[in-house]
Amino acid sequence: MANLAAVVGIGQTKYTTKRTDVSIAGLVREAAVNALKDADLTWNDIDAVIVGKAPDMFEGVIMPEIYLTDALGCNGKPMLRVHTAGSVGGSTALVAASHVQSGTFKRVLTVSFEKQSESNAMWALSNPQPFSTHLNAGAGGYFAPIIREYMRRSKAPYNVGIKVAVKDRLHGARNPLAHLQKPDITMQEVEDSFMLWDPIRFLESCPSSDGACAMVIANEELATKAPKPPAWIRGVAMRSEPTMYAGRDEVNPQAGRDCAADVYKQAGITNPRKDLDCAEVYVPFSWYEPMWLENLGFAPKGEGWKLTMAGATSLDEGGDIPWNCSGGVLSSNPIGASGMIRFAEAARQVRGDAGAHQVEGAKLALGHAYGGGAQFFAMWVVGSQKS
Amino acid sequence: MKQIAIVAYQQTDSVSDAGAVNEVELIMPVLARTFKQAGLKSAQDVGFTCSGSCDYLQGAAFAFVAGVDALGAVPPIKESHVEMDAAWALYESMLKIRMGHADSALIYGFGKSSPGELPIVLSQQLDPYYLAPLWVDSISLAAMQARIMLDRGLITERDMAEVVSRSRRNAMNNPHAQLSGDISPEDVLAEETYLSPLRKADCCPVSDGASAMIIATVEQAKAWGLPYVIISGIDHCIETHNLGMRDLTDSVSTRIAANRAGMNAGKVDVAELYAPFSHQEIILTRALGLDEGTSVNPSGGVLAGNLMMASGLSRIGEVFNRIVKGEARRGIAHATSGPCLQHNLVTVLEQGENA
Repeated sequence: MANLAAVVGIGQTKYTTKRTDVSIAGLVREAAVNALKDADLTWNDIDAVIVGKAPDMFEGVIMPEIYLTDALGCNGKPMLRVHTAGSVGGSTALVAASHVQSGTFKRVLTVSFEKQSESNAMWALSNPQPFSTHLNAGAGGYFAPIIREYMRRSKAPYNVGIKVAVKDRLHGARNPLAHLQKPDITMQEVEDSFMLWDPIRFLESCPSSDGACAMVIANEELATKAPKPPAWIRGVAMRSEPTMYAGRDEVNPQAGRDCAADVYKQAGITNPRKDLDCAEVYVPFSWYEPMWLENLGFAPKGEGWKLTMAGATSLDEGGDIPWNCSGGVLSSNPIGASGMIRFAEAARQVRGDAGAHQVEGAKLALGHAYGGGAQFFAMWVVGSQKS
Repeated sequence: MKQIAIVAYQQTDSVSDAGAVNEVELIMPVLARTFKQAGLKSAQDVGFTCSGSCDYLQGAAFAFVAGVDALGAVPPIKESHVEMDAAWALYESMLKIRMGHADSALIYGFGKSSPGELPIVLSQQLDPYYLAPLWVDSISLAAMQARIMLDRGLITERDMAEVVSRSRRNAMNNPHAQLSGDISPEDVLAEETYLSPLRKADCCPVSDGASAMIIATVEQAKAWGLPYVIISGIDHCIETHNLGMRDLTDSVSTRIAANRAGMNAGKVDVAELYAPFSHQEIILTRALGLDEGTSVNPSGGVLAGNLMMASGLSRIGEVFNRIVKGEARRGIAHATSGPCLQHNLVTVLEQGENA
C-alpha cells in the first residue's frame, strides 16, 4: 500500500509567447517560489527536487536541471530529471509523488517547464535521423490523420473541434494565467481561421508558450498541518505502448484505456462522468477532447462528440463534467509543463482554489497527460478528502 | 521498508564505434540476455520499466521513444524515463517498488556517443548564458580540476598514472572492456600530455553500448528462485553548478550520499566508482574514506570503457556480479553526472541468502 500524499502548494507563471524578462532559471524559480509561498514553506523545508521537461532540444540545453540546481535550492539534496515526451509534466508529478508515497521523503518540490521561445520546437521534433523516415511533420501533422480517422468512425459533425476550441478559450478567459485571452471568441472566428493540418485549423491548435508549473507534495502528517486545504492523491497511473505495432488503435489507444482503468480503480471510480467533478485533460488539438472522452470512459465509443456538443464539458454552459476549466493546453502550452499544469489545475479544483474557473464544490478531479504518438500516458486523481 | 534486490545484470561490450546499429538494435540483445538470466520473457513479466538516455547523444528529440520498441510493450506497460544515467532510473524504480506499485522492475541505459564529439556535446550541458557559449568541453574542465589538485600537492602525476595502470590491468579480466592491457605507470607517464595535465590515458574513452538490470522485492526474487544481491541503501545528492563555488578537490555530495545510503554500517569489500578521469577516482576514494581493504574498480572502471547513460548502472551491475560470484560480500557503487562530479549517487549492495 502506498503512503498517503497530498499537494500542499501550487505555483505557476503567467503563460505567454516569450518571457524575455527572465532566464530559464528565473522562470523555474518563479514557479517554485510561488509554490513555496502557497504552501507557506521555505527552501529548507524541501527534501528533494524532481524536475521535468520535454526534449532538451526545445531550449538547446543538455540536461538543464544540472544548471538549474542553484535556482531550485537543490544544493546538498537529491534531484531527479524526468523525460517522457509530452506526458512529462504528468509523469514528473507522479515520480515526485512516488518520493513521498514510498515513504522515502516527507516533502518534495516538483517543477516542470518549457521556455519554447529559446528555440524552435518544430525543428527540434523534426530533425532527420539516419535510420528512419524523415517526417518533418511536427505534432499537428502527426495527429491530423488520426483525428480524420476519428471523424470517419464516429460520423461526428465537422464543427465539434470548433466547439472545443471556443469552449476552452472561454474557460481560459476566466484564468488570468492562461496564455491566450480570447473572451469574445466565436465559432465563426475559429472556422474562418486558416487550415494548418487539415482538419486542424489555426485556432484549433495549442499556442507555443513559455512557462513553468511547480507543486509541493507532502506526506499525510505534514499535509494535515498545511495552512491551505491539501489535494489528496487518490490514484496514480502510467502506461506506455510502442509508436507503431500491428493492430494498434491510434484513435483510441489501449495504453490510455488501461491507464484510466488503473487510476479509477485506485480512486474507487466506477463511472468517471458521474464520480468525478471535473477533469483537466491534455487536449493540444481540439478534436482530442471527444477522442479522450471516449478513451477515458466518459462516453461510449463513438459518442464523445455528443457530450462536447451538448455542453457537458463546458463551465459556461453549466455542463455536468467540465473539462479543462483552466483553458487547457489549447489556451497555454509550455510543452514540458503542460502535463503538470493539468495535474496542478485538478488539484486547485479540489482545494477550492481555482478562482474564476472553480467548479463549485469540486471534490474529485482527474489530471491527465499524454505524449509521443499518443502512446505515453500519465494520470492522477486528486480529492478534497483522503478517501 | 521493503527489501529490494538485484537478480540480473547484463551489458554490451564497450566499443568505440557500434557502426550502423540504431539504439533499438543496441538495446535488444542486452535486454534479451537480461530476461534470459532472470528466466523472464519480456518487459511484460516485470511490474515497472525505467530507462536512462540522453537525446543529445543521438542528436534527436525523444531518444527513448524508439527504446520502447525493444521492450515488447504490447499490451501497454508501466514505463518511465529519466534524462540521466540509468542509475537514477534504478532509483526511480526503487521508489515505485517501495510504494507497492510494482514487485519488480527492468532498468536499462544506453548511449551511442560515437556519432558526435562527446566532450564538445557535453559543453552544452553547462549554464546556457554564461558557460555554454564558451564551449568549454568536459575534458578541459576535468583538466582544470586535475591542475588544482596537482598545484595544491594533493596528488602527483604518478598517482594518476597508477590509477590508469591499475584500470588497464584490471580490465584484462573484463570481457566487455574497451581498453585493457599490462601497462605500467611508467608507460602512462611516457605518454605526451593531451590536455595538460591530462594524458589521453587519464581520460575515459568514448564508447557505445547499453546495460540492463532487473530488480525485485526479496520475496519475488526468492519466488523466482534466483540468486540475489540486496540493495541495502541508495541515495544521491547534487551540488552547485557554479564550479567556482565548489571545492573541486573534494566530492562533498558523494560523501553525503554515501552516509545517507549507510555505506559505513559495514566493511566495503568492493567499490565501483564512476570516475571518467583518473584524478577523479582519487577524489572519490578519498571522499568516501576507502582504504586498502576495499578493491576499487576491479572491472577497470569507466577508464576501460564509458557507456554514457549506462555507466552508472553498470557500476552497480559490476558490484552485483562480484557478490554473486562470491568475490565480495558487501560493496558500493557510485554514479556521477554533470561537470567535475556535480551530481553523485551511491548504492550499497549486500549479499542475499542465495547469492
